[in-house]
Amino acid sequence: MTTFHSPHLGYDLIWPLLLVLGAACVGIVVEAFVPRAWRYLTQVLLTLATLGIAFGGTIYVATGLDARGGGAARGSVVAEGAVAVDGPAVFAWGLLLLVAFLGVLLFAERHLDGGVSAFAGQAAALPGTDAERRVGERGLEHTEVYPLLLFAVGGMLLFAAANDLLTLFVALEVLSLPLYLLTGLARRRRLLSQEAAMKYFLLGAFSSGFLLYGIALVYGYAGTVQFGGIADAIANTPGQRGLLLAGIGLLSVGLLFKVGAVPFQAWTPDVYQGAPTPVTAFMAAGTKVAAFVAMLRLFSVALGGERWSWLPVLWAVALLTMVIGAVLAVAQSDVKRMLAYSSIAHTGFVLTGILGAGAALGKDQIGATQAVLFYLVTYGFMTLGAFAVLTLVRDAAGESGEMRGWAGLARRSPLVAGVFSLFLLSLAGLPFTAGFTGKWVVFASAMGGGAWPVVVAAVLTSAMAAFFYIRVIVLMYFSEPAADGPTVAVPSILTSATIAVTAVATVVLGVVPGPVLDLAAHAGDFIR
Amino acid sequence: MMLSLLIALPLVGALVVAFLPGRPGDALPKWAALAVSLATLAVGAVVGIANADTGKTWAEDHAWIQPIGAHWALAVDGLGVTMVLLTVILVPVVIAASWHDADTRNTRGFFALMLVVEALALAVFCAQDVFLFYLVFEATLIPAYFLIGSFGQGPARTAAAVKFLLYMLAGGLVMLAAVVGLYAFSAREGAASYLISDLGHLTLSTNEERLLFVGFFVAFAIKAPIFPFHTWLPDTTGNATPGTSVLLICVLDKIGTYGMLRFCLELFPGASEWATPVVVTLALISIVYGALLALGQDDLLVLTGLTSLSHFGFIVLGVFVLNDQGVSGATFYMFNHGLATAVLFIAAGYLIKRTGTPLLSRMGGVAKKAPVLAALLLLGGLGTLGLPGLSPFVSEFLVMLGAFRHHWWVGTIAVSGIVLAAAYVLRAYRLAVTGPERESLAGVRDVGVREVAAIAPLVALMLLLGFVPQLALSVINPATGHTVSTSEAGAQK
Repeated sequence: MTTFHSPHLGYDLIWPLLLVLGAACVGIVVEAFVPRAWRYLTQVLLTLATLGIAFGGTIYVATGLDARGGGAARGSVVAEGAVAVDGPAVFAWGLLLLVAFLGVLLFAERHLDGGVSAFAGQAAALPGTDAERRVGERGLEHTEVYPLLLFAVGGMLLFAAANDLLTLFVALEVLSLPLYLLTGLARRRRLLSQEAAMKYFLLGAFSSGFLLYGIALVYGYAGTVQFGGIADAIANTPGQRGLLLAGIGLLSVGLLFKVGAVPFQAWTPDVYQGAPTPVTAFMAAGTKVAAFVAMLRLFSVALGGERWSWLPVLWAVALLTMVIGAVLAVAQSDVKRMLAYSSIAHTGFVLTGILGAGAALGKDQIGATQAVLFYLVTYGFMTLGAFAVLTLVRDAAGESGEMRGWAGLARRSPLVAGVFSLFLLSLAGLPFTAGFTGKWVVFASAMGGGAWPVVVAAVLTSAMAAFFYIRVIVLMYFSEPAADGPTVAVPSILTSATIAVTAVATVVLGVVPGPVLDLAAHAGDFIR
Repeated sequence: MMLSLLIALPLVGALVVAFLPGRPGDALPKWAALAVSLATLAVGAVVGIANADTGKTWAEDHAWIQPIGAHWALAVDGLGVTMVLLTVILVPVVIAASWHDADTRNTRGFFALMLVVEALALAVFCAQDVFLFYLVFEATLIPAYFLIGSFGQGPARTAAAVKFLLYMLAGGLVMLAAVVGLYAFSAREGAASYLISDLGHLTLSTNEERLLFVGFFVAFAIKAPIFPFHTWLPDTTGNATPGTSVLLICVLDKIGTYGMLRFCLELFPGASEWATPVVVTLALISIVYGALLALGQDDLLVLTGLTSLSHFGFIVLGVFVLNDQGVSGATFYMFNHGLATAVLFIAAGYLIKRTGTPLLSRMGGVAKKAPVLAALLLLGGLGTLGLPGLSPFVSEFLVMLGAFRHHWWVGTIAVSGIVLAAAYVLRAYRLAVTGPERESLAGVRDVGVREVAAIAPLVALMLLLGFVPQLALSVINPATGHTVSTSEAGAQK
């Protein structure tokens, strides 16, 4: 007779994740019952408090992780094998919650656009109709964006900790669906925004299909969806790898799509440009963190034994992603779009770091996990900061990313131009900025894995990439201001705080990166 | 702490200058910048005079980024002292000579950037850790870029600044790959460390050593610059202010040749020997090609830049003939080239301010109106062409000795560079200064006290070291002797 065992969920370890998802549900209830005038304040405070508590909880969980198996890995697999709470997972959680917290500050900014947020007053009112005009007159705004953000964050947290393929898929959907929606909610240039959402949704759904098919094939090969089980199956059944290889290929398509790697990068520029800039900032930083940690976990835990079938492909993808991202960025005439292409190039750099996965390392040598985690920290902060500055430069039609308009910005607003230059120099990877240290670390990891040709290609791409970052600096500092150029809006404390925090982080991670590097090293390996 | 102080002083000074109150053209930031640079000169002099040959006197070493193996490690040996002294001497000179160059623009920014360049250059020459060296080496680009792009005088200064930056970044990033490679090999052998003293003991395979060498060398060859990596040079000198050019060519570009001595020779001796034929050939091409280009050049500032291409050819030649005379001559050459070229650039700047054009074909006839200026230009020119009695002669002579010891044909080709130098200097002098007086020069006055006082110390040093070169060589020789013996021992391994 079969007996029923109640599943062991490990609430003590996953409660920050559950808290975020729970608060998202509460946010929906708030939307239904709290009077309109109070919603904004309630939602913002609820979201910030949730993220703050979850962050504290993550630190608490991180300090209590057990050492396992005598190796470098710490943590436990909970929820019947579906979720792995280990060093890299909690590191990613901490980073995601920080990014989300700063993202919420940007979401909540109402000073820049005359007292309303960057989101459409009423998404259902068609662009250009009377209905839309009336919404504008009444000053309506969508406060659903906060629960949506919380759902996305919950999905990201789960994605980074997913320890079986089905959880991976569910997490991916939970993080993606709110993002599709948020992308379409811009207050200005609504058609562009809705088009972006449509593209993102269709391509995203398509790539989810690939991922699901890959899951089915890998299940067919291994007879299990758990990462540990897949690794055992690879170790114990030599030969007959057709299903497995096809499965790995399809899984990779799904994951590479999410991080925006070539050849699945086509959606990135349109979506980044069309989405409301606070969403772009949050999405660019957050999705990459979650997806790269999930990818590292999948590749090193489940597919580590099959390293030699996926590593060469990743070499090629990393190379192509860097080169194509940088080349296309050179041709852009819009700052936001340029940053989108630059994020593609940065995806290539992170992939370069993954190439060191599984290499034999010397004592204390920087490994792939540490390198990627550290890079994600630097990338998260500088991207968030750069997009935040972007929200400040505006003309009559909203934000103005047109590069021509940025000419001579340094004369009108030295502070904004200076801070933006800092982020650009960091993205370009100049010394004493976070970007340099990040680059150094991923290159060191790739070198350790013997991928020096990719490193050489990466440094040459960096030189090319420097060109388009520098071009914006040239525009801001050395060009005569355009007569009808955009103005720099004065933000409230929310955006100012975000910019200040990210700028300080960018400098600190460049000058004294030691503590964060140690923290990333301390995260250790993934557990099985 | 002395070396940290040496670096911190101009950096803090730069911050102070940048935030002083006042409008463009005010004298206060200039005096503040001059005072800071003179204080730095004083500290640099103490460091230079009280430094023992072993370089241990002022050494400091603090762990900085442990996971990477990076240290805040500073020390100066004879080579480092020479470069530090050159830097601290030239910066006050440049500040005094550039007094009115930024009067219509952001005066504070201009002088603050100069002090930042000084601080970073000093850090480069003191760094005993490859990671620290790389960071400050790359960081020099940012102030240099703004000095060219924001404050340049030429019509194409923005383009020149971008070209400069991209060349340097490309070289620097190639070097980054090699720097990361050093880390990987160092970590392979145990605990990773970027200290030069630790890296000297690495065991590298022949191929690894050669790859790393190429990574470092390309960056230094772009910086120095030598043929075929020199094409940024004429644009930069043609568009920057003469003062900026002095900082770039006489101080920052020395990082290239300094790096070849410090890193290529000491860390990769086998690969240096392997590369010698190619590098010597490139150096010879630079010597002759640079001189020929200078001979046909009409723009006085571009011309001065091109003479430096020829001179850097000599320096690189001295480094890579890999013998005592060559290396110590090259080191002394780096110092003397700094002095002579600075005189030439600054005097050319004075002249251009008076004629209103940098083109030789539209100058001429200044000699009668401004005899002192003409004399200054002549002195700079004579220094550049290596007249006996001035210090550049001694170093050029040593490099030639080294070249002939390496191979007679190398020496022979290099000699042609000296002959060509006489030709281009005298041609430029004849076109710029002599000839009938032009009407456009009617209101021109001779150089003032400030302008002479800025250059005078350099001329005095050239004369002093020309007659008593032992003063400098006694500092340089022990260090270069060490470099050569390390390199020879390493190459035989």
